[in-house]
Amino acid sequence: MQYEPVIGLEVHAQLKTASKIFCGCSTLFGQGPNSQTCQVCIGMPGVLPVLNKTAMDFIIKTGLAMNCAVAPYSRFARKNYFYPDLPKGYQISQYELPVCQGGYVDMAIDGETKRIGLTRIHLEEDAGKNLHEGIEGASHVDLNRTGVPLMEIVSEPDIRSASEAAEYMRKLRAILRYIDVCDGNMEEGSLRCDANVSVRPAGQREFGTRAELKNMNSFKNVQKAIEYEIKRQIAVIEDGGKVAQETRLWDANQGITLSMRGKEEAHDYRYFPEPDLVPVEVSKEWLDEIRETMPELPDAKRERFVREYGIPDYDAMVLTESRALADYYEAAAKLSGAPKQASNWIMGDVLRELKNAGVEPEECPLEPERLAGMIKLIESGVISGKIAKTVFEEIYNSRKTAEEVVAEKGLVQITDEGAIAKVIDEVMAANPHNVEQYKTGKTALLGFFVGQVMKKTGGKANPGVVNELLRKKLA
Amino acid sequence: MELHSLTLHALRELIIKKEITAKDAAFAYTRRIGQVEPEVNAFLTLTPNKTIEMAERADKVISGQPEAGQPAPLLGVPLAIKDNMCTEGIKTTCASRMLENFIPPYESTATRKLMDAGYVLLGKTNMDEFAMGSSTENSAFGATKNPWDLSRIPGGSSGGSAAAVAADMCAAALGSDTGGSIRQPAACCGVVGLKPTYGRVSRYGLVAFASSLDQIGPITKDVEDCAIMMNVIGGHDPLDSTSADVALPDFTANLKDGIKGLRVGIPREYFPGYLNLPQDWKQALRLGERSYFVSPGIDKEVFAAIMEAVNALQSLGAEIKEISLPHTGHAVATYYILATSEASSNLARYDGVKYGYRAKEHEDLLDMYKRTRSEGFGPEVKRRIMLGTYALSSGYYEAYYKKAQQVRTLIKRDFDDAFKDVDIIITPTSPTPAFKLGEKTADPLQMYLSDIFTISVNLAGIPGLSLPCGMTGSNLPVGMQILGRHWGEETVLRAAYAYEQATDWHTRKPGM
Ligand SMILES: [Zn+2]
Repeated sequence: MQYEPVIGLEVHAQLKTASKIFCGCSTLFGQGPNSQTCQVCIGMPGVLPVLNKTAMDFIIKTGLAMNCAVAPYSRFARKNYFYPDLPKGYQISQYELPVCQGGYVDMAIDGETKRIGLTRIHLEEDAGKNLHEGIEGASHVDLNRTGVPLMEIVSEPDIRSASEAAEYMRKLRAILRYIDVCDGNMEEGSLRCDANVSVRPAGQREFGTRAELKNMNSFKNVQKAIEYEIKRQIAVIEDGGKVAQETRLWDANQGITLSMRGKEEAHDYRYFPEPDLVPVEVSKEWLDEIRETMPELPDAKRERFVREYGIPDYDAMVLTESRALADYYEAAAKLSGAPKQASNWIMGDVLRELKNAGVEPEECPLEPERLAGMIKLIESGVISGKIAKTVFEEIYNSRKTAEEVVAEKGLVQITDEGAIAKVIDEVMAANPHNVEQYKTGKTALLGFFVGQVMKKTGGKANPGVVNELLRKKLA
Repeated sequence: MELHSLTLHALRELIIKKEITAKDAAFAYTRRIGQVEPEVNAFLTLTPNKTIEMAERADKVISGQPEAGQPAPLLGVPLAIKDNMCTEGIKTTCASRMLENFIPPYESTATRKLMDAGYVLLGKTNMDEFAMGSSTENSAFGATKNPWDLSRIPGGSSGGSAAAVAADMCAAALGSDTGGSIRQPAACCGVVGLKPTYGRVSRYGLVAFASSLDQIGPITKDVEDCAIMMNVIGGHDPLDSTSADVALPDFTANLKDGIKGLRVGIPREYFPGYLNLPQDWKQALRLGERSYFVSPGIDKEVFAAIMEAVNALQSLGAEIKEISLPHTGHAVATYYILATSEASSNLARYDGVKYGYRAKEHEDLLDMYKRTRSEGFGPEVKRRIMLGTYALSSGYYEAYYKKAQQVRTLIKRDFDDAFKDVDIIITPTSPTPAFKLGEKTADPLQMYLSDIFTISVNLAGIPGLSLPCGMTGSNLPVGMQILGRHWGEETVLRAAYAYEQATDWHTRKPGM
């Protein structure tokens, strides 16, 4: 039987605010345990939360970027449960009235646009971290992360495969990074994802029983975990069993999901409106203010790149994957005056170098200015495309400009016909047999002669001139 | 007259005029505390070193003050603070084993404002554990006694503060009021207590019981003292989002303007026969024919005192009107759902992990939680945590918490409607005078009914003041409650002041 997976994602994005959501503590990552805490985020008696306005700005921005309705009136709620990393015994979150409702994200799947609906986006505070390693007979708690602002982005069950889920995550990450509200680092936990996965016989309308997957800390793991879970659920059904409603943990080492807790053990969070915070009212003015700060989003930029720079849609999509890369491309395209060349070099050599070094576009050692300088030299015929490969390597790994490298190494292209003719004569003299053969009709040998000339000139001869002169002389 | 028996404003006058030093005042109170505290048990912590230090600092300010300068409003005035307000470096226990040794590293906004006004701290007062109770018997460290009769309760939960003021162990005190916890003990102890409008005084540093109802307020020897204290502790606080950004008036400015033409409402639900009150109502009361004009549950002597007080207001120029608060009968039930729901969440942080009590023996994390909370909390706190947890549980939330929120809106609307016709509303503060220690401890429901007149005020968020308005035959004070509109403390204080000055109840002292 054919089965159709039904997947919805709950993505937690850590907001890039300088301070925590309800107190003035820093959100800096990797500091000494409990060094970034105060009485408020430690949950001492009598303290009260005060909402960080920047966190609100950021979620409004996200709502606008993801086509949500931003609620004019929203409120916080308490999610109650006991755990040592939760100092108040409740998490301040949102329940009945989240900041953003509805919305969608479009993504390109096999050349077609697929729309994933959003249920809601709400604000909440992060919990701390329990530490067990290296401590004998005790556990410690680090509350540095407690109160760091999080956004929970809940999708509709619109996703139909593991690869779609990973693609959706990438798209969310791109948007969040574009609007500069989240750094999108999955390994450091600033982007986290839980997945609700079920399967149903193809054609059936009702959803199957779903399992909630947790602990997938990379795009690759999201895809692998969901793939595994889909197979597992199908196997259970094929064996005549029933899929249990439960929470399952992804074990990346074993490559399997394991049951964590069943429906019976599910928490009753006893949500109720947070009485320590007044409801948040978002005025039209506030909304307009945020709207004005919105940058161009990936989809709009991609369309514009195709239109303005005449590059293929696929290239435009790759180049707009991150705002830094898009900015890099646009600078190189403008400075060189050769947008197609710029696209080719970035799509090929630049991205390859970045990938090999594991470096983000914003940290690219070769600035768009120097890359554009090199492209200009190609365009004006000073260097050949082949020489440019050498130049690129040099400028990528140093602080030199293309002009400097060309001058230093004498890489300027030879276009002087006299000089080239002299070399051609030498080559013809050294290979009389081949000249004979060419003249009797084996014109395919032209390549051989071009190669020889290029070899003798160290690749500097202008290939156009070489071809032209060779044809004349061999005729 | 001895220094300790002066009102706050009289004492302040002497200090500012340099007739006495702040240190004199501090010594007078510490001496008085030494005499009567062993019998009353109003304090959980006394801070003698801090008292002297703060008094000396006040004296330094006074001696350096230019004659014409405006002195800080509480310069050198010794006060007591309920032990649920955080005081930096000084134990704040909430009268609970759970926080027996808790020393906050921060100051509550209310006490910080007192500091800025130059006050001198005497100590932290006893209370019902986590402010849950109406008798101060729920303190983990022993009950406070009523200075008027040591066999009786001082009311609660701010019983320590009210008893300390009544027994002249401080010039005034701060209490907190979630369902009557300032007003009911003020009535029991024959002093003045004000629960301000919700949002008038910052809750930052007040250990939360029920966040949407809690409010800090003064307990004082007279109404003028109450106005002075309100001037200091009121106002918006950026650390408390629920503290309202409304202008803080000078509460003493119109205090003495009288109440001619003031419209006073008498709720039909509490005084069903008020309009048809027989001419000889006192005679009828004595004969026991009370059922048709006194609502059941109200003590006869309390009823008589309130009726006399209403007459007094009328003769001061007020216009008396009957009003209706139709949903008031649901107030106690509504309150005990909402307050306990919030409490169940607010008290979750006391888990033995970070601070406070932790059970010595435990097998694992869950066992540590269970034992810590079983051993650290007293029975009333546990009862309310269980009630609240139940009311918020999935499947019950709609029927209890949600429904109670809806009734709360109706109760608030009752008051909004009533205040279209009247400026203040009069009720008894408590249905009975102070009862005997141990009398109601076995029956929580009876105890909850002590707050029947005060609870709806917290639900509506309006201000309410209790002041003495009579004495029972067995020499126990009776309190009258005056309610006002949101942000209407000025009118409430003005009415209270007019009544107070026309009577002499506030000058009576327990014979200690
Ligand atoms: Zn903090």
